[in-house]
Amino acid sequence: MSDSAATLDSVAVHAPARQRAASRSGGLSTTPYALVMPALTLMLLMLLGPLAAVIALSFTDYQLGAPSLSWIGLANYHEMLADKVFWTSLRNTLVYVGIVVPGAVCAGLAIALLIQSGRSLRSLYRTVYFLPVMATLIAMAVVWEFMLHPQFGLVNGLLREIGIAGPSWLQDRATALYALCAIGIWQAAGFNMVLFLAGLVSIPKQLYEAAEIDGASSAWSRFRLVTWPLLRPVTTFVVVISGIRSFQVFDTVHVLTKGGPSKSSEVLIHTMYTEGFEFFRSGYGAALTVVFLVFILLLTLIKSRLADRGVQYA
Amino acid sequence: MMVQRKISLWAVIRHILLVAGALVMLLPFVWMISTASKPPSEVFSSELHLIPRHFALWDNLQTAFAKANLWRFLLNGVIVTVSIFALQVLVALPAAYALAKLRFIGRNALFALVLFGILIPPQATAIPVFLLLHKLGVLDSYAALVLPFTISVFGIFLMRQFFRNVPDDLVDAARMDGISEFGIVWRVMLPAAIPAVTAFGIFSVVAHWNDYFWPLIVLNSEHLRTPPLAVAHFRNAEAGTNYGPLMAAAMVIIAPLLVAFLLAQRRFVEGIALTGIK
Repeated sequence: MSDSAATLDSVAVHAPARQRAASRSGGLSTTPYALVMPALTLMLLMLLGPLAAVIALSFTDYQLGAPSLSWIGLANYHEMLADKVFWTSLRNTLVYVGIVVPGAVCAGLAIALLIQSGRSLRSLYRTVYFLPVMATLIAMAVVWEFMLHPQFGLVNGLLREIGIAGPSWLQDRATALYALCAIGIWQAAGFNMVLFLAGLVSIPKQLYEAAEIDGASSAWSRFRLVTWPLLRPVTTFVVVISGIRSFQVFDTVHVLTKGGPSKSSEVLIHTMYTEGFEFFRSGYGAALTVVFLVFILLLTLIKSRLADRGVQYA
Repeated sequence: MMVQRKISLWAVIRHILLVAGALVMLLPFVWMISTASKPPSEVFSSELHLIPRHFALWDNLQTAFAKANLWRFLLNGVIVTVSIFALQVLVALPAAYALAKLRFIGRNALFALVLFGILIPPQATAIPVFLLLHKLGVLDSYAALVLPFTISVFGIFLMRQFFRNVPDDLVDAARMDGISEFGIVWRVMLPAAIPAVTAFGIFSVVAHWNDYFWPLIVLNSEHLRTPPLAVAHFRNAEAGTNYGPLMAAAMVIIAPLLVAFLLAQRRFVEGIALTGIK
């Protein structure tokens, strides 16, 4: 395909320029199709096809290695809705998102505002707060596990110094999910900080000067009147991005708790992984994926809604 | 005078708050290095101390490298991330050029598909892609690690946006010189787009060096393990008995990216912030 197109092109070189221009704008040339063909093929094969397949699979009883599959309608969904594990998993995911999103967004905003409020050491601070984003999460999860070790860990060691007996964070069903949330916030805050910093830099300086002339002398009133309204599009954007990313939580859960103890930290993608890749119940795993997709889609819709409104403001 | 003092007071508060926050952020890194430098007797002691009394980093590193083939795993990480990035560029750049500079029937539909593709999270396609690779018989291989990521719709989108700002005159001049459309992609557009390609490269390499989900699904063989998978297995094998070498192994796994980041911070922050657009 690409070979023939290449020969066509080398012929075209000798043709008059006018003809070449015509073939370029007339949509007759095969060159554009040759250029997009590898991308289009792979897109259909690895992205759009599988997306359609996951929805179709969710209506079947397919299991990896099974000789055949049959259409079972909504049976997977019925099973899911009747399964306590699914509801626990969904609730835990929502709790995780509900804690990590506000936590990581507020932390990111606070750090960005603090860094931007002065001149000195800006890039040093930015680097330090960005480190957790760069570091391989699995490796850092293992470090956190040791920090949270009930006996020899740093966290309980520090608590002991002030006379508190800390729990066995990751082995206690009352704390496991929240410990994972803390790791999630620690990792995401620096990422949000970078997005907020970009938003802060784009606020025109004159607006602050104008606000000051109009009597907004305190830092708080300048924040309330200028920074916050102008940062709102960025903020909604960061909230949705954080939401989508925390819905995908898997790494820390899989390596630290496997969803335990007694499902107290089971989350959606981990349930999908267990069903789809440990029990090889592809059909049921696909149904769980569809639920996950619905949530991601909802967040994306909110984002595009708000993005449209943001454009009107600007 | 008054204002001056107020500003300097705020400067002090700012630094206190930022340093306090920075300590929290750095604590896991500090504790990792500290533990990796301690002999077992000091690791398993309820009394807290940061600086090891006997410096055992070298021993722990040696143990880590003896227990796990860390060089091999690092090499796997390099092979996989570099192959993914090279193939992503090879596939995305021609498509991005066609979408940005050529007119053809179906262009808008294709671009709409690209935009739609960006919204699909990688976990969503995992089961069908796994079944496809199973059918092809390539599970548990480098191909299984690389193939699903050769297409980056986000890369196409990013490069298309960049290419639109490349002047048409440059493209026309190249055509006058008799360069084919394929030649234009690699000899005109690529050199013009080096900053965007670099940013995308950082984004891609960081994402796939750190990826745990996909290697976990498709790999079985020890010798193919990527760095995150290696750490997870190391941790499972040692099961809470050997924290010094485990922390040393974690250090080795995160070191390449962290060193690269510290050397080119601005570029890295830009590259990773791209995820935000995604």
